[in-house]
Amino acid sequence: MSEKILEIKDLFVQYTAGKDIVRAVNGISLTLEQGESLGLVGETGAGKTTTALSIMRLIPHPPGKITGGEIRYRGENLMEKSEAEMRKIRGHEISMIFQDPMTALNPMLSVGDQIAEVVRLHQKISRADAMRKACEMMEIVGIEGGRANEYPHQFSGGMKQRIVIAIALACNPSLLIADEPTTALDVTIQAQVLELIEQLKQKFNTSLLLITHDLGVVAEVCSKVAIIYAGEIVEYGTLKHIYEHPSHPYTIGLFGSIPNLNETVHRLAPIPGLMPDPTKLPAGCAFAERCSEACEACTKSAAPYVEIEPGHMVRCIKFAGKEC
Amino acid sequence: MLRYIFKRILMMIPVMIGVTLITFSMMYFSPGEPADYILGELATEEDKALFNEQNGLNRPFLVRFVNYIVDAVQGDFGISYSTRQPVINEILASFPTTMKLSLYAEIFAVVLGITLGVISAVKQYSFIDNFTRILAMIGVSLPSFWEGLMLIILFSVVLGWLPPSGLTSWKHYILPAFTLSTWGLAACMRMTRSSMLEAIREDYVRTARAKGQTEFVVIMKHAFRNAVLPIITVAGTDFAKLLGGAAVIETVFSINGIGKLIVDAINTKNAPLVQGGILFVAVAMSLINLLIDLVYAFVDPRIRSQYSSGKRLKSKSGKKATVS
Ligand SMILES: Nc1ncnc2c1ncn2[C@@H]1O[C@H](COP(=O)(O)OP(=O)(O)OP(=O)(O)O)[C@@H](O)[C@H]1O
Ligand SMILES: [Mg+2]
Repeated sequence: MSEKILEIKDLFVQYTAGKDIVRAVNGISLTLEQGESLGLVGETGAGKTTTALSIMRLIPHPPGKITGGEIRYRGENLMEKSEAEMRKIRGHEISMIFQDPMTALNPMLSVGDQIAEVVRLHQKISRADAMRKACEMMEIVGIEGGRANEYPHQFSGGMKQRIVIAIALACNPSLLIADEPTTALDVTIQAQVLELIEQLKQKFNTSLLLITHDLGVVAEVCSKVAIIYAGEIVEYGTLKHIYEHPSHPYTIGLFGSIPNLNETVHRLAPIPGLMPDPTKLPAGCAFAERCSEACEACTKSAAPYVEIEPGHMVRCIKFAGKEC
Repeated sequence: MLRYIFKRILMMIPVMIGVTLITFSMMYFSPGEPADYILGELATEEDKALFNEQNGLNRPFLVRFVNYIVDAVQGDFGISYSTRQPVINEILASFPTTMKLSLYAEIFAVVLGITLGVISAVKQYSFIDNFTRILAMIGVSLPSFWEGLMLIILFSVVLGWLPPSGLTSWKHYILPAFTLSTWGLAACMRMTRSSMLEAIREDYVRTARAKGQTEFVVIMKHAFRNAVLPIITVAGTDFAKLLGGAAVIETVFSINGIGKLIVDAINTKNAPLVQGGILFVAVAMSLINLLIDLVYAFVDPRIRSQYSSGKRLKSKSGKKATVS
C-alpha cells in the first residue's frame, strides 16, 4: 500500500452569519493516497470550497471556524501546526488552484512576479532565477514565457487559469487541491486545462483533490470519488463503484441529471427541490426532503455509513438493514 | 504618456481663463473704489482720478479684461496697489511658506492616517478601530479656526510650550501644521480603512496567503497596493485644498502665506494681487490634480495601459485594450 498523504477525520466547519450559524461541513472524512486523484463532487453550497480551505487552514476567521475533527498530512495533524509551520506547507507541500481565475490574481502585479513570489518563498534562489523559473512554469502551462511581465488584465480567462495553475505547481507540491479549475472556462479550454492538470500530475507525481460539480470531469481525471451533500459525504468509492453502481439516491439523482447519449431519454431529470438551508439542517438525513424513496425513519435520525462492497461506502438507511 | 501630459496642460488654459474671468468680474463689480482703500481718507478727488488713470481703472470692463489676459500670458500680472511691487514677486515670496506648511501637514496626515487606517481595517471592531473612528469623526467636524485657537490657548497660553504665531523656528510649524492636517488625517484614515477592508477580502489576497506568504507582506504588498488609489485621491485633493485654502489658519497663526496674502488683498480691494494670487493657486491645484492622475498610472497597470498608445496592446491581446 502506498502512503496516505491526506487524511481528513470527522471535520466540522461553521460560519457565523449574524445570529445564524451556517453549518457548512458536518463530519467529513476522506483519505487520499500518494499519487491518487480523488474527485469531490457536489452541488453549489455543499461545502466543497470550505473543505479545501480547511486543509490549507485558510478558512476566513471570523466568520469561519473549524469546530472539530482533524486533518492529517503525511501523518501530521495540521490542526496543531503553528501559523509559521503552515506557511512552509502552503504553496510548497500543499497548493490550491482557486475557483475563480478572474479574481484570483492580483491586478497590480505582473504575472511573472506572482509566480516568482511563491518560488522565492520556498526556495533559496535569487530574484532573477525565480523569474526565470516563473517563465519556465508559464511555458509548461502553455503561455509564452516572454509575457511574464504583463499584467493579469492582459490575459484571457483561460490564460489566467493557467497562470493560477502555474503558481500552484511552481514548487512541485505533493498535494494539489483544484477547486473547480474548469467551471469558469468554455468547453474547449476546459478540456485543455484538464489535460494539462493530468499531465503535470504524472510529471510531478502529485496527488490531486479535484473539486467539481461536473461528473464528466471526474470521470476523466479521478480514480476515486466522494459525493458531498450539505456538508456530508453521502457516498464514497472508486470511479467504477460510483459510475457503475451509484447507490445513494442523491448520486443516482446526479446521474439522472446529466444527459446520456446512449439512452433515448430526451429530458434531463433534475433532482427536484433545493439543498436544505445550512443554518437549519434537519435532524435526520439531509437529503430526505428531496428523496423519492424517503420514509419516516429518514427524517428522524441520520443513517450510518455502510460498506456495500469493499471500499464503497454509502450513507443511506436503505443499506442499513432497515425497512422503509 | 508625454502626449497625455501635454494635452492635460493645454486643457488647463480654458480653465484658467474661466477662473480669471470670475475673479476679475467679482473684483470689478464688488462695491468700493480701490483708490479709496489705497490712497486713504485724506486723498482728494484729483489724486483719485490720477490713480485711476495710472492704473487704467476707468477703461471699459472688456478692454481691461483682455489687457489683463494679454499681459498675463507674457508673465506680467500687474503691480500690487499697496506695495507697488510686481504681483508675481509678492506671490513668489509668500508661496513657499504655504507650500512648506501644507507639505508638513499633508505628510503628517498621510503617514499617520494610512497607518491607523490599515490597523483599523486589519483589526476591525477592535479597540483601536473604534477609538480612531471617534477621532476621525471629531477630526472632520472640527472647525479649523476654532481648533487652531484652542491649540494656541492650550499649548501657548496655558502650557507655554509652543509659540502662538509667526514662523521663525521649527517649533512654530507644529501648531499650524497640526491644525491644517486634522481634516486630511481623518479623511485619509477613514478612506484607508474602508478601502483596505474591501481589499483584504479579495480572492487574490487569499491566493497570496495560499502561497505561504507572511501576513505582513500579504497586507502591504497585495492588499494595500490595491487599496491605495482612493487614498491617493483623498490625500491629493486635501493637499490641493491646503495650498489654496489655508487662509483661515494663516490668519489665526499670523503666517504670511499666500492665503493670508489674498485675504488681505481682498480687504484692500487690491485687484491685481487678488487675481494673480487666485490664478496662481488655481494653477497649483490643477497641476496637483494632474500629478494625482499620473501617480494613478504609475501605481495601476490597468490605467497605465490606457495611456500607452494602444498599438502594442492591440497586437498582443486583441481585445480589452481600451484606448483613451
Ligand atoms: N465566508 C463565509 N461566510 C459565511 N458563510 C459562508 C462563507 N463561505 C461559505 N459560506 C457558506 O458555507 C456553505 C458552503 O460553502 P462553500 O463555498 O464551501 O460551497 P461550495 O461547495 O464550494 O459551492 P460552489 O460549488 O458554489 O463553489 C454555503 O452555505 C455558504 O453560504
Ligand atoms: Mg466553491
